[in-house]
Amino acid sequence: MQAIAFYLFAITACVAGTLVVFARNPVHSVLWLILAFFSTAGLFVLMGAEFLAMLLMIIYVGAVAVLFLFVVMMLDIDFAELRGRVAQYLPLGLAIGVILIVELSVGFAAWSGLEADNIEPSAVYGTTNAHALGAVVYTKYVYAFQAAGLILLVAMVGAIVLTLRHRDGVKTQDVWAQMQRDPKTAVELKDVRPGQSL
Amino acid sequence: MDDFWLFLTILGQCLLVMVVVLISLAFLLYMDRKVWAAVQLRKGPNVVGPFGLLQSFADFLKFVMKEIVIPAGADRTVFLLAPMLTFILASIAWVAIPFAEGWVISDMNVGILYLFAISSLGVYGVIMGGWAGNSKYPFLGGLRSAAQMVSYEVSIGFVIVCVLLMVGSLNLTDIVLAQDGAGIFSWFFLKQPVMFIVFFISALAETNRPPFDLPEAESELVAGYQVEYSSTPYLLFMIGEYMNIVMMCALTTILFLGGWLSPFGVGHGVFWFVLKVVLCFFMFAMVKAIVPRYRYDQLMRLGWKVFLPLSLAFVVLTASFMKIFDVTPWAYTDEARDMGRGAMVIEAPVTSPQPVTTEES
Repeated sequence: MQAIAFYLFAITACVAGTLVVFARNPVHSVLWLILAFFSTAGLFVLMGAEFLAMLLMIIYVGAVAVLFLFVVMMLDIDFAELRGRVAQYLPLGLAIGVILIVELSVGFAAWSGLEADNIEPSAVYGTTNAHALGAVVYTKYVYAFQAAGLILLVAMVGAIVLTLRHRDGVKTQDVWAQMQRDPKTAVELKDVRPGQSL
Repeated sequence: MDDFWLFLTILGQCLLVMVVVLISLAFLLYMDRKVWAAVQLRKGPNVVGPFGLLQSFADFLKFVMKEIVIPAGADRTVFLLAPMLTFILASIAWVAIPFAEGWVISDMNVGILYLFAISSLGVYGVIMGGWAGNSKYPFLGGLRSAAQMVSYEVSIGFVIVCVLLMVGSLNLTDIVLAQDGAGIFSWFFLKQPVMFIVFFISALAETNRPPFDLPEAESELVAGYQVEYSSTPYLLFMIGEYMNIVMMCALTTILFLGGWLSPFGVGHGVFWFVLKVVLCFFMFAMVKAIVPRYRYDQLMRLGWKVFLPLSLAFVVLTASFMKIFDVTPWAYTDEARDMGRGAMVIEAPVTSPQPVTTEES
């Protein structure tokens, strides 16, 4: 049963990942990307890392990909022109792909020899993902964790500073001032006689 | 063979829950319209069946029998995928909901995160539906809803964190059991009243209910992302939307109203769960009837400038309170451990695995 589920998720992830690149419509690309994220989350669940799977779904599928979709839908893209330039970018893309594959294989080769057999199972089993992660992230790796948070904060502030511009003469609503108004200050009764204006 | 029977059992449970949820949905829809009508001094649906009780089934038949119209310039696949996605996502959320103690299909350790993830995926149905129709009103509705749902998810997330701080576990059954004790007085809506209100309002916004129904504001966008839809796809959108609403009611019940626990401390059961969900749904219906629609900038202001700082402040407050007064989260108490549901305390940080020494070779 697990094997079937694994191959199902793995094949879906690979096919979806390939179609991200080959789909003609950029919106379809983003939708395939979402499917790839989703299948990866499924693989995480199979490995017993349900916490990571849910984080992947919430952060990447629920927030990041929504923004992707949001931007891509509003872009005005000439598909024909885009396809014409594939040959131009092919060498660069291939080079990046090759570098990534080499890096990954080197990393895996080094990792499988070292730590895989050495992780103490009792430290992980018997507790839930979230508890186990929390116990490590907030103690052993607390500085790295805080640094990551700080970097994200700086990026956020940077994005706001880049796009924020003050314009004069913009009408804004002051909710508190509105709520302070009452009939005594806002309404004036006038006695208007027929045939006369105020 | 055992695997096969397990598979069959789970399939049966899923079907049962689906059937029960769909049939209750038909009557909740009827209730929604009746409450709305009563507030406006109308009678509401009263023709089909006794007191109009069968109105939803008549509507269902009408939707299914009609012709599916797909606009000429539409992206057919995405156009039909969007309502299906909305419906499927709304239905799969129910596997994690505990209706009573042990009455849950999947008692997963990350239940609350699962529900949060599924409800945050709901936005795709709306965006895809809005884009695929290749028409401007649906597109505007889709864009609005994308911004709206992402905004209110943030405050919902922080409200959930507040509750989780007190429970110490992401399991939905644990969250309910943590509210057991002195009947209604130990439910979380009394311990976190402000967060309860923030959660309720954010749930309205997350499910595109009035007063936050800007994605389908009929006075400006005709019907928002649903304009181009007809017949069964439209029905799927509508069922999905209402299922999400009932799901949010169930989530409110579990997080703040003690799930299946009875307010008197004895006689817990599924009856109380259903009653609380219906009560929440009644509140949703009342809000729809009595509150005028927000303007878009007011909606964004409420989400980002009011709810986000407020919920963030309450996360800090709750955590500080528990630290200063030395309150143990429920999952770490002896009571939880006696029930076999508590979390294991990890005393020391997990030591890093030592590299394999080469001395052996």
